[in-house]
Amino acid sequence: MILDIVSWVAVGLALVTSTAMLVSRDWRISLGALAAQYVSAFWLVTRHLPFVMGSAKLITGWMVVAALGMTRLGLSATEDDSAESFWPRGQWFRVFLIGVVALVAAGSTARIEAAIPGLGPPVIAGSLFLIGAGAVHLGMTSDVLRVILGLLTMLTGFEILYAAVESSILVTGLLSVVNLGLALTGSYLLLAGSSPSEEDEQ
Amino acid sequence: MNAPIIWIAVPFAAGFLILFFLRERASSFIGGSVAMLLSLIALVIPIDTALLIGSVSLKISSSIQFFGRSFSLSTADGSLLAIIYGLAALWFFGTEASGSANHFVSLGLMIVSLLTASIAVEPFLFAALLLEMAAMLVIPLLIPTYQKPGRGVIRFLIYQTLAMPFILFSGWMLAGVEASPGDINITIQAGTMLGLGFAFLLGVFPLYNWIPMLTEESPPYVTGFLLWVLPAFTVIFSLGFLDRYTWLRTSPQLSAAMTLAGMLMVVTGGVFASLQKHVGRIMGYAAVAETGLLVLAMGLRSAEIVNVTFLLLVPRGLELAVWALALSIIKRKANSLQFSDLQGLVRSHPVAVSAVILAHLSMTGFPLLAGFPPRLALWQELAHQSLATSFWVFLGMAGLLIAATRTLAVFVMAGGEKAWELNETWIQVTMLGLGVIGLFILGMFPQVIQPFIADLPSLFIHLGR
Repeated sequence: MILDIVSWVAVGLALVTSTAMLVSRDWRISLGALAAQYVSAFWLVTRHLPFVMGSAKLITGWMVVAALGMTRLGLSATEDDSAESFWPRGQWFRVFLIGVVALVAAGSTARIEAAIPGLGPPVIAGSLFLIGAGAVHLGMTSDVLRVILGLLTMLTGFEILYAAVESSILVTGLLSVVNLGLALTGSYLLLAGSSPSEEDEQ
Repeated sequence: MNAPIIWIAVPFAAGFLILFFLRERASSFIGGSVAMLLSLIALVIPIDTALLIGSVSLKISSSIQFFGRSFSLSTADGSLLAIIYGLAALWFFGTEASGSANHFVSLGLMIVSLLTASIAVEPFLFAALLLEMAAMLVIPLLIPTYQKPGRGVIRFLIYQTLAMPFILFSGWMLAGVEASPGDINITIQAGTMLGLGFAFLLGVFPLYNWIPMLTEESPPYVTGFLLWVLPAFTVIFSLGFLDRYTWLRTSPQLSAAMTLAGMLMVVTGGVFASLQKHVGRIMGYAAVAETGLLVLAMGLRSAEIVNVTFLLLVPRGLELAVWALALSIIKRKANSLQFSDLQGLVRSHPVAVSAVILAHLSMTGFPLLAGFPPRLALWQELAHQSLATSFWVFLGMAGLLIAATRTLAVFVMAGGEKAWELNETWIQVTMLGLGVIGLFILGMFPQVIQPFIADLPSLFIHLGR
């Protein structure tokens, strides 16, 4: 019973962090929310995976946040939030989208639980919500950091669900490598364009 | 000795060492030599078979355990490895001539080794993770450090990352379908997920919009390598799915869906190519059309699926290598691949321009060139199934031919009486010359690749029966 309550709290935390990431324009808040999101994912993953493997995912997640944060910290403030060409782009529109995702996730949870028994409603709801939030994120922006955040959010949601059906150490390891790879790729793309070309140097 | 160590760990380690310890100029030769050596080993020494050389017995064992899972390369993989590393060697040797891309050889070796791991890993659906890792390694090659990332590379990253969850989850669902084949709902869900996964990976219509963007904004040689290497391994991966699951192999709906998707890719790729004014984008659309042909080949309801698919894959590597190398040389001279900047370039770069046109014509299926025999074989099989599909494929190829004619017209459009001169270096002339000779040899004597692809059907024991 208590475990279920904590699991639902983790789902709530995922909802809050995803909303914060989507609504906030400050990269510090977004990365902080991502770090907190990995805590909720850790709890949901350990419903089906051993504590050690869940911890590995949590540590990987925090390494991802650290890599992105260090890179972003080194960039100038003027590069903050390049103008988005998407419309509408108001904060309330983003909150509305997250609400739609939450409703869809809540509506689908029971059906998936019936189709794949044993996963547990919090795990399914948390996973679906993160996948949806990641998809919304990807649909709203073309900014490199935001795209990487969207991909990581979506991947976290998938990992929660996949952990329930596949407990292989190799898969856990490879998924961690993919997460870290995304962070490093994101860091590279953030830095790209900030160094002069060989011709410029000459 | 162990096959996965030789063809996965060694090239990865070689790439790593080249990245940190070798100068760019030497990397082309060393990386190309490593790939060529691996290709020769695959060709000469059979895997899992004892070989007696004098008094020394030599045997390459086939598998290795890694974190509780197996990486395995069988005897039948030998030909495939020889083709893959042989073509990779061609790309690496060409790096020096293209003068492009920092770290192309080192990262290229790592990418090829990861992709080789994707065909060796058991359970085979974990390959999706390795494909994603390879896709991420391509990114530093596509965007030099001094260039802002464009929309193409962002979309490429998104689509490749989206593919992985779909394929992994569909693999799990497919096991459920095998357990209860009568459950239509699970079958439809698994099929849809699998289809979406491969649509993202291969860039099936309309998810290929990143390809022309990338060919416009990134170095042509790197983009060409990407357009060869990722679809080639994705096709092998998808053949593995078809081979493994009986219901996929025998499903008329899946075959029809693949035929439709392939046809749309060929037609749209060809038609859009004929409307472009940028030679790089034309190469991108030609690659889309070629991938469409591969999808069509995999959708054949025929015993020749594997033969036709590999017959298409081998010339594709050569065509793209020649085309991309020639475009790299041209781009260094003209700084742009827009038609307006390339007028009359045939007089200053005759070899590069000839190579572009011949590679392009080969992709349209022009007789005597490498693309002709596989297209003929595919058309023959398609015509048995649907004349309408054959016609649409013909239309797509006609679009590519129009694009080739327009490109040729631009290259020979001289403003004044400009003298003919040869501005390519000897290494560029040699590499392009060898590539073009290869295109003609594969076109006129297609049986030369038969020894390489003859054993490949045994990789997929159920397909083609």
